[in-house]
Amino acid sequence: MALSLPAIMKTTAARLSALYLLLFALCAVLLVLYMTSLSARMLTAQTQETINDEVLGLARAYQRGGLPVLVRVVENRSRQPGANLYLIADANGQILTGNVQSLAPGVIETEGWTTEPFSYQRFGEGELDRLRSGNTDQPAPQAGESNPQSEGAKGHNAIALVLRLPNQMIMLVGRDLGEPERFRAVISRALTLALGMMGLGGILIWFFVGRAALKRIDSVSDASRRIMGGDLSGRLPVTGAGDEFDRLSENLNSMLARIAMLNEGLKQVSDNIAHDLKTPLTRLRNRAEATLAGRHKTEDYRQALEGTIAESDQLIKTFNAILMISRLEAGYSSEQTGPVDLAATVSDVVELYEPVAEEAGVALKTTVPEALTINGNRELIGQALSNIVDNAIKYSTDAAETPKVRVALERAGSEIKLTVTDNGHGIPEDADRARATERFVRLEKSRSQPGSGLGLSLAKAIMTFHNGRLDLLPANPGLSVVMSFPLRETH
Amino acid sequence: MTAPQPSSEIAYNGPMKILVMEDDREAADYLQKAFAEAGHTAHVAGDGETGFALADAGDYDVMVVDRLMPRRDGLSVIAALRSRGNTTPVLILSALGEVDDRVTGLRAGGDDYLTKPYAFSELLARVEVLNRRASARESETVYRVGDLELDRLSHSVKRAGREITLQPREFRLLEYLMRHAGQVVTRTMLLENVWDYHFDPQTNVIDVHVSRLRGKIEKGFDKPILHTIRGAGYMLKGG
Repeated sequence: MALSLPAIMKTTAARLSALYLLLFALCAVLLVLYMTSLSARMLTAQTQETINDEVLGLARAYQRGGLPVLVRVVENRSRQPGANLYLIADANGQILTGNVQSLAPGVIETEGWTTEPFSYQRFGEGELDRLRSGNTDQPAPQAGESNPQSEGAKGHNAIALVLRLPNQMIMLVGRDLGEPERFRAVISRALTLALGMMGLGGILIWFFVGRAALKRIDSVSDASRRIMGGDLSGRLPVTGAGDEFDRLSENLNSMLARIAMLNEGLKQVSDNIAHDLKTPLTRLRNRAEATLAGRHKTEDYRQALEGTIAESDQLIKTFNAILMISRLEAGYSSEQTGPVDLAATVSDVVELYEPVAEEAGVALKTTVPEALTINGNRELIGQALSNIVDNAIKYSTDAAETPKVRVALERAGSEIKLTVTDNGHGIPEDADRARATERFVRLEKSRSQPGSGLGLSLAKAIMTFHNGRLDLLPANPGLSVVMSFPLRETH
Repeated sequence: MTAPQPSSEIAYNGPMKILVMEDDREAADYLQKAFAEAGHTAHVAGDGETGFALADAGDYDVMVVDRLMPRRDGLSVIAALRSRGNTTPVLILSALGEVDDRVTGLRAGGDDYLTKPYAFSELLARVEVLNRRASARESETVYRVGDLELDRLSHSVKRAGREITLQPREFRLLEYLMRHAGQVVTRTMLLENVWDYHFDPQTNVIDVHVSRLRGKIEKGFDKPILHTIRGAGYMLKGG
């Protein structure tokens, strides 16, 4: 990883990891603090209860036999291992009996519960300490005296209940706080450990997971930089893991494929414009030039101008068709769709062409079974069908027998098929049929016929817009042009 | 309208006052000149604001509004005029020619929509028809042009008292031509109004329909009544 720390922190993965780590740590600390305070409170309550029980027992002993019995009981209890703290002192604070050797000053002065933990030393502990450290010459401190050094070093903390007996003597019953304190220490150790682990885990996770993600994002941005550099055939890497990165790459790839296709279409259009619009423009120009050159009668000028206008109109039509095809093919179209009765549209268009067919000696027949409604654009469908019927009438006139054009609308499985069949020569070659819907393609035989060569391409673009297909099939003799609409859901 | 209508075969083709809102100076000048040659007066506004001010103040028969103009676009000008109660017929000119562009244009208050580039004859025919709309013939039940009579209720057509049988589409074609008798009606106007399609058919299908109709209403009668106007369209006109 050649990245510097600031660069690493700039990555989303690192930032997210750091943020999560921080949040988790905060939650853990809060949880631990809550648990500690809760359990400490519980332990304190338990301790106080124990002390209360003790005091109750001692009170009973005092009632039974007065001070001597009380002292005896206290002495007995004091000697038990792990005993509570007991102390009986006179009114001046002089210790009479109990297992406490020294106390923090002032503890026994106030009656009731000690407000906060105080430090103390048990009998024998001071001596033991001195024995251990080999320092025996220091005298044992007197009870009630403070010994800050040993208190600071060796004292324990406790809480206690201080009572004044009827004869002004003082009794203290307490309990060591060692247990809750150990508990707290354990918790804090665990917390530190957990936080450490969490930090380590976060860094490890970032290192392995985040870095892997980073690497793949880097490869995607590398690939896209290459593509932006002009290599439109380039594609983003797909690992095959099927994860979100693969999905992203796949989507971007299909987007690229679409862009490449549109680009290709654009290139084709400009090539075609150069080819097929230049010809009529040249013709137009030549005619104007020729008219200007010689001396003519007014009627000739008039004719030339009318011809010019007719030619420009044809050019405008061609131009409009090109624009429309591009718009429809680009998938960008704001054309509105709605319910379209295909049967009615077929009847309309056939009725529109009927006189033309009759004049050309073509028998135009329809089979329209029922009202078939799809969602689409009536205007566009009408235009596509009219282009196809127009072609069929033109090309059926070279039929061997009586020219016929049949328009049939039928439901076929999950599709609605609108078929226009003529009995002309058709397009015998498969390759030619496939090419016939391409822009400006005019098969050699049709060159003599008027038209822009855009009729079928426009029909095809319209079918694509309707999520349908346009197929050219041999009809032997003749040609079948099939418009297939999906039965449901067209835009 | 029960009383017999005064024969309206002589169409109102008198001079119109036209407001042209077009920012292309050359196109605007051309339109002004061409309208003048056709006997009309045209005022030109070069942007939307000026156009709105002129339209709001002046009394025009028809307005021709370019959709894209500086300072204020055509549709907003039309909408503003309509909201002020101005009902002058509007023809929208636009380079945008998709079906729904037309729909938005008409919805904004336009009465007709013509895509650039257009033939002036087409524009003139449409403007004249729009002007005529102001003196609506929609409500008349019987159209009369010369000795030709069309009854819109009984769907019967007579010429010089002789019954002529027409197909339903032929009837609608004749009805439209008679409604605009004395005016030039273009092929695209017929396709739009009689067939409700706005595309350009590859073949001149309309011509064939018209010549069929002509056969029915002229055959056996002395005078032609359905005239072809060269480079423009058709006109129904009694002798």
